Amino acid sequence: MKSIIDTYIKAPVEAAPLAVFRILFGLMMLLSIIRFWAYGWIDKFYLQPKFFFSYYGFEWVKPVGQFTYLIFIVCAISAILVVLGYRYKMAIIVFFLSFTYIELMDKTTYLNHYYFISLLSFLMIFLPANVYYSLDAYKNPKKAFQYIPGWTINSIKLLLGIVYFYAGLAKLNSDWLLKAMPLKIWLPSKFDTPLIGSFLGEEWVHYAFSWTGALFDLCIPFLLLNKKTRTFAFVMVVIFHVLTRVLFPIGVFPFVMIISALIFFDANIHSKILRFFSNRLKIDLNSFNTAKVFKQIPTFKIKIKYGVITIFFCLQLLLPFRYVLYPGELFWTEEGYRFSWRVMLMEKSGYAQFKIVNGDTGRWFYVDNSDFLSPIQEKQMAFQPDFILEYAHFLKEHFENDGHKNVQVYVDCQVSLNGRLSTKYIDSTIDLTKEKESFSHKNWITPFKDEIKGI
Amino acid sequence: MKRIIGFFIVLILGWACSSDSDTEGTVVVDPINEVSFERSAMLINWADNIIIPSYEAFSTDLDLLIDSFDAFKENPNEDNLVKFRSSWISAYSSWQHVAMFEIGPAETVGFQLNMNIYPTNTDNIDEFITTGTYDLSLSSNRSSKGFPALDYLLNGLGENDAEILAFYNNGTNNTVFTYTEDVLLDMKSLIGTVLSDWKEGYRDTFVANDGASSTSSVDRMVNDYIFYYEKYLRAGKMGIPLGVFSGSTLPQNVEAYYDGTISADLFLEGLSAVHDFFNGKHFNSETEGESLASYLDALNTVKDGEDLSALINGQFNTARDMVQDLASFREEIENNNPPTAMFLAYDEVQKAVPMLKVDMVSAMSISIDFVDADGD
Repeated sequence: MKSIIDTYIKAPVEAAPLAVFRILFGLMMLLSIIRFWAYGWIDKFYLQPKFFFSYYGFEWVKPVGQFTYLIFIVCAISAILVVLGYRYKMAIIVFFLSFTYIELMDKTTYLNHYYFISLLSFLMIFLPANVYYSLDAYKNPKKAFQYIPGWTINSIKLLLGIVYFYAGLAKLNSDWLLKAMPLKIWLPSKFDTPLIGSFLGEEWVHYAFSWTGALFDLCIPFLLLNKKTRTFAFVMVVIFHVLTRVLFPIGVFPFVMIISALIFFDANIHSKILRFFSNRLKIDLNSFNTAKVFKQIPTFKIKIKYGVITIFFCLQLLLPFRYVLYPGELFWTEEGYRFSWRVMLMEKSGYAQFKIVNGDTGRWFYVDNSDFLSPIQEKQMAFQPDFILEYAHFLKEHFENDGHKNVQVYVDCQVSLNGRLSTKYIDSTIDLTKEKESFSHKNWITPFKDEIKGI
Repeated sequence: MKRIIGFFIVLILGWACSSDSDTEGTVVVDPINEVSFERSAMLINWADNIIIPSYEAFSTDLDLLIDSFDAFKENPNEDNLVKFRSSWISAYSSWQHVAMFEIGPAETVGFQLNMNIYPTNTDNIDEFITTGTYDLSLSSNRSSKGFPALDYLLNGLGENDAEILAFYNNGTNNTVFTYTEDVLLDMKSLIGTVLSDWKEGYRDTFVANDGASSTSSVDRMVNDYIFYYEKYLRAGKMGIPLGVFSGSTLPQNVEAYYDGTISADLFLEGLSAVHDFFNGKHFNSETEGESLASYLDALNTVKDGEDLSALINGQFNTARDMVQDLASFREEIENNNPPTAMFLAYDEVQKAVPMLKVDMVSAMSISIDFVDADGD
């Protein structure tokens, strides 16, 4: 046990990999924000809609009108500071807060990779990523070190390993492995992909992609850890992610993952990358090679820091399994689905027609969802119970403000999952305004008619 | 090291270029367990056998309508009024076969919004007839022209044909002919633009855009098709007048309100058009080509799921049967409180919406918009 701690946690390692990671991570984030802005998505997702879906407990996080652009600017500037390693601690804290705020504004746009970036930037708050090859280290030689404790780099490897391995575990279910769903739906529609498009309609390809995908996710952390298989594993990472990028609208995530996987390599590769930067930018790399070792005296404050990181990882290991606390099929109820690395796992869509009833007179009418929701919001709302409930409460409030009395809200909702014919999703006799959001099971979800076996 | 850097540059470039490119790709060979379907064949069938012929037929019917108006203008008697009205009904029925194609040229000119906004604004029309000053190209005047305005001009200017004729023949109302003519010419100019744009260029653009993205022809057409079914056919023709979105019936919102007798027939024309389009049935023919139905069947060869195309066809048939048993919508709504039979028919029309919007869209993996997603 002691030797493990000495090897993986305390032992000093070169700081170059963490510095490279900081720079590339910051650049990717900057690129990602610019891309988001350039597509007009800030306006489309955070300014145009009249209503935003909140995470439970974070109802106070909302877009702030035109100032929303300011949040993105703050986020972009902090990403630049992270790249430069200038006032790193403050920069990464601001980045974490602004990025996470953006993600919390509307859960319609929830993506696992945004969650991953929030987690990673949170972890990076505690890492000495600025002690090497940074403006901080350049300006203040006292803060410059060439070696850092092993845990700093290993914690990033651990987080990446969790993401891949849990994504692999989530694929071990009968729909994915035995029916090749949802790839059987998605791949044939990608017939226009260059080179491979003509094969994507064939059934064996759907199974091959499903099984390889699951195997890849489960094995890749270990193949990256092992020195002998590392290069092969990295090539696999590149192929896998480029393929997902070509086939699916998955944004910058594949590139974030490819760049992150570099952290598994030995320090000499990172030194070469930094030398490359240095030659181009005329920076004296050797001035950072101080041979000093970064050590932290275990003061109370430092001990708290270790405690936070330990709790953070325990949560990461446990959270994806919280679904076992809920009855019913996870893919159907989605109770415990988010924040669990369930990526590209299901083709689910729904249709929800809300009925506003006057509780006194019984008079009723239907809601035109497009009066209140953007097409994306309507699509996401129609098959996720927490969205449906929140929207029902919003409708009650809206129509009561309009002068309607004693408003009851019912929904007729049909959902299709992984190619199954759509069936009733929500008990249409339940007045949703009487139901409250909570972490407990929503017993007004109509039970799933089929069975999906597996984890 | 240089190799790694070079590799990254290639990678980034690849990413930069890959995003929205629509490249040609074909699915050939046909062993068992393979989705073999050519979207381009479906697009060609849509364009050449359905959309353009439907527009041509509509254009012809509109010309006939203008002819009968000219005859009526020349000689405003009851016989010519009845003929004018019956040409209006044929053209209105013909319109129901093109209303769903709100894509390309039709989308550019706002065809739907310029041709068939109802209830029509009678106050405006009355004023325009009196003053003789109006600009039909203004978007604020969209509810004062098109078929609904003709409905008012043909059926709403008096209690009966004698009164209507009297209105036209009253010397002070000379402008009513001019106004009716301008409404007709406006419609003619719109269909002229749409049809010639389809024939001269857009047809090829439409067929060539055979990829799979939110901007490809199939994805856009499917979205437009469902939008038409949900908003115009289901809600516009039945739901809104029934009051399902307002809580109380709105008979004046029935299509062809002043005529009062043809609303259910117009709906049924629209439903047939939607149904035929689903099955790829050539315009005015029993021949069927590649269609949404055959696409669903092709996808089902590997999915082995429910026979969705049969379910959707069945639902369209049920809805038609129910509506066929109704009187005109205006009568149903005005004579029954509540109009139960029409509500029940509406429910059957409604039931096709989730089938199209959820099951079909999901099976075809149609994207509703361009956005990052990691699989819901």
